[in-house]
Amino acid sequence: MIRYSRVAPVLLLAGMVTVGACRRPEPEVVPPAPAIDTAAERRAREAAAAAAEAERRRLEAEAAERARLEAERRRADSVAAENRRMESLRTTMASAVYFDFDRSELTSQARATLDQKVPILRANTNLRIRVAGHTDERGSDEYNMALGQRRAASARRYLVSQGIAEGRIDIVSYGEDRPAAMGSDESAWAQNRRAEFEIVSGGDRLVSPSQ
Amino acid sequence: MQTLYRWAAAALLAAAAAAPAAAQDTTRGVRIGLTYGAGTRPGVIVLPVAGPGGDSIAAILRRDLDYGDRVTLIGEEATGAAESARAGAGGRVNYPLFGRLGAVAVVQVAQTATGAQVTLHDVGLERVAEQQSFPIPAGFGSPQWRMAVHGVADEMERWITGVRGIAQTRVLFVRAGRVYVIDSDGANERPLTDEESASSPAWHPDGRHIAYSSQSDAGTRIHVRDLATGQVRAVTATPGPLNITPIFSPDGRSLVYAHGRDDEANLVLVPALGQGAARRVTVSRGAQANVSPSFSPDGRRIAYTSDRSGHPEVYISDIDGTNAELLTPFAFGDQYYRSNPDWSPDGRAIAFMSQIDGRFQVMTINLRTRAIRQHSSEGINEDPSWAPDGRHLVFTSNRTGVKQLYVLDVESGRVRQLTRAGGVRLPAWSPYSGTAQ
Repeated sequence: MIRYSRVAPVLLLAGMVTVGACRRPEPEVVPPAPAIDTAAERRAREAAAAAAEAERRRLEAEAAERARLEAERRRADSVAAENRRMESLRTTMASAVYFDFDRSELTSQARATLDQKVPILRANTNLRIRVAGHTDERGSDEYNMALGQRRAASARRYLVSQGIAEGRIDIVSYGEDRPAAMGSDESAWAQNRRAEFEIVSGGDRLVSPSQ
Repeated sequence: MQTLYRWAAAALLAAAAAAPAAAQDTTRGVRIGLTYGAGTRPGVIVLPVAGPGGDSIAAILRRDLDYGDRVTLIGEEATGAAESARAGAGGRVNYPLFGRLGAVAVVQVAQTATGAQVTLHDVGLERVAEQQSFPIPAGFGSPQWRMAVHGVADEMERWITGVRGIAQTRVLFVRAGRVYVIDSDGANERPLTDEESASSPAWHPDGRHIAYSSQSDAGTRIHVRDLATGQVRAVTATPGPLNITPIFSPDGRSLVYAHGRDDEANLVLVPALGQGAARRVTVSRGAQANVSPSFSPDGRRIAYTSDRSGHPEVYISDIDGTNAELLTPFAFGDQYYRSNPDWSPDGRAIAFMSQIDGRFQVMTINLRTRAIRQHSSEGINEDPSWAPDGRHLVFTSNRTGVKQLYVLDVESGRVRQLTRAGGVRLPAWSPYSGTAQ
C-alpha cells in the first residue's frame, strides 16, 4: 500500500497529458450503434433463455418430486392396505373359541368362529397352526391338562372335518396354567375356558380367500 | 414290640389317673397332653440333652414326636422335675416320679464322638427298654445333621408305638413351575429343578429319583431326575403333545403316566429307569381321559381319575386295566366331581378330593367298608398325598388366602401348616427312604 500511493499520482499526471494532446475536431462518423445493441440484446435473450430453462427445470423437478411423492404415497397406501388385509386375516385365524364348564364339545358360536378360519386355511396351503387348549382354575390341575388337550383336539377335529389336513394342525394343552383373564368369577372363568390359535409357519404372506 | 401294647394299656391308666391331677394341680407346670384324642397315646418325656447343640437335639426330638401324633409329649416344663427324677438318689432313675408326671416312656440322649447314645426307659417296668447308638454327621444344624436327628426321633416312635415315625421324610411340591422339596418339619425348603413348567412330581421308592411332567409349546413330557447326580432323562416312549401325572410302581420297576393323543388320554406303563416300549393300562373308547394314577401298595391295582362316566370320578382297576370299578359314587347330573386318588401305604384307604359346593375338599374312602370321610371344610383343599405312615396327609389349602401345604393327622384331625411361602401345588410325600438327597 505504501508503494502504490507513491506510484499512482505519477500515472494520473501522465494520463492527463495524453488526453490534452489528442483533443481536436472529430469527423462525422456513424457510430456502430447497432453492433452495440445486438450484443446487448443477445446477452438479454440468452439471459432470458437461461432463466426460462432454469424455470422449466425447476418445474420439471417439482413435477418429478410430486410424482415421486404421489407414487410413494400410493405405495404406502397399498402397503397399509395389504397390512390391514393381512392383519384382518391373522385376527380371524387367531380368534379363540370358548367352551362350557368341564366340556370340550364345540358350541354353535365356536363352530361359527372356526368356520371363518376354514377359507383362510384352504387359501393358504402352507399355513400351519397350533391349537392350545385351556381351562378355568376350577377342577383338578391334573385333569385340566387332559381337558385342555381335548378342547384343542375338538377344535382340530372340526377343522379337519372341513377338509383341512390334520398334519397342518398341532395341538397342545396348558390346562389352567395360562389364564387369559385373572379373577375367580364366572366372567374370568368363561374367558379362560378356551382354545387359542397360533400360526406356526406360512403366515408371512397370507392370501385372502377371495383372491 | 410287646411293650407297645402294654404301654398302650398303661397309657390309658396313666391318662385316667393324670388327667384329674393335671386339672387340679397346675402349679407344677406339668401338662399332660390331652389336647387331642388322649388316652391311647403313651406319655413320653424327652430329657434335656447335655453338651453343645444338645438343646437343639432335644427340641427337634420333642417336635418330631409331637408331629407324629402317636404319643403325648409331656411338656418341656416337666423336664425340670424330670431332671431331678433322673438324678434320683445315687444316680438311679426315679421311675415313680416319671410315672406321676404321666410318662410311660422316657427318652435319654447322650452325645458321643460319632453321634448319640439313645436310651429308652420303660417307666412301668422301671428298666431300660431299648438302647442304641445313632451316627449323627458333623455340621451342626445342616440339613444332613437335622435328617440324622429326625431318624433318631422316628426310631424312638417305633420303639414306643411299634410304628416308625415320619420325621425323616420329605415332601415334593410345585411352586411357580419348579419342583421343590421340603423336610417334613417344614425346614430346608429348596427348589430341585430349574424348569419353569414342571408339574405333578412323584417319588421313586428308592427316594433318589423323581418323575414329573415338563411343559413346552411342543407339548408336555415326563422327566425322570436323579437327585444324587442331577441328571434328567426325558421319557420318549410316547411322542405326542400330552404326557402327564407320572407315578412309580411300589417295586420301583415301572413308571405309569397318562399319555394323551387327540381327544383321549390313557394310562401307559414304561420301564421306570431306562427306555422301553409303552404298554397301555387303560383303553378308552372315544373322548375320554384317564389321569392321576396311584398304585396299591402291592403294585397289583391302580386308582386313577377317569371321566368315562361323563365327568371325572375315581376308579380302580387291575394294573393291566381290567376289572375296573367306580370307587366314588356320584348322583346322576351332579356337575361336581371327584379326582386325584392317592392309595394309602397300608392299602386300606384311598385319599382323594371332592368338589363340595364347588370347592374341593380332602376326603378318604375306606376300601373295605366304602365309608367316606371328609377331612377339610375351610377354603379349597386339594391334592392329598399320604405320608409313609399311612396316617398323615399333606395337601394344599387356600384357607388363609394363598395356597399353602398343610399336614393332617387323619386319626385326630390335627392340622399343621408345612410351608410358609405360598403358591404351592401338587405335593407328594416321600417314602421312608426319601432322604437320599
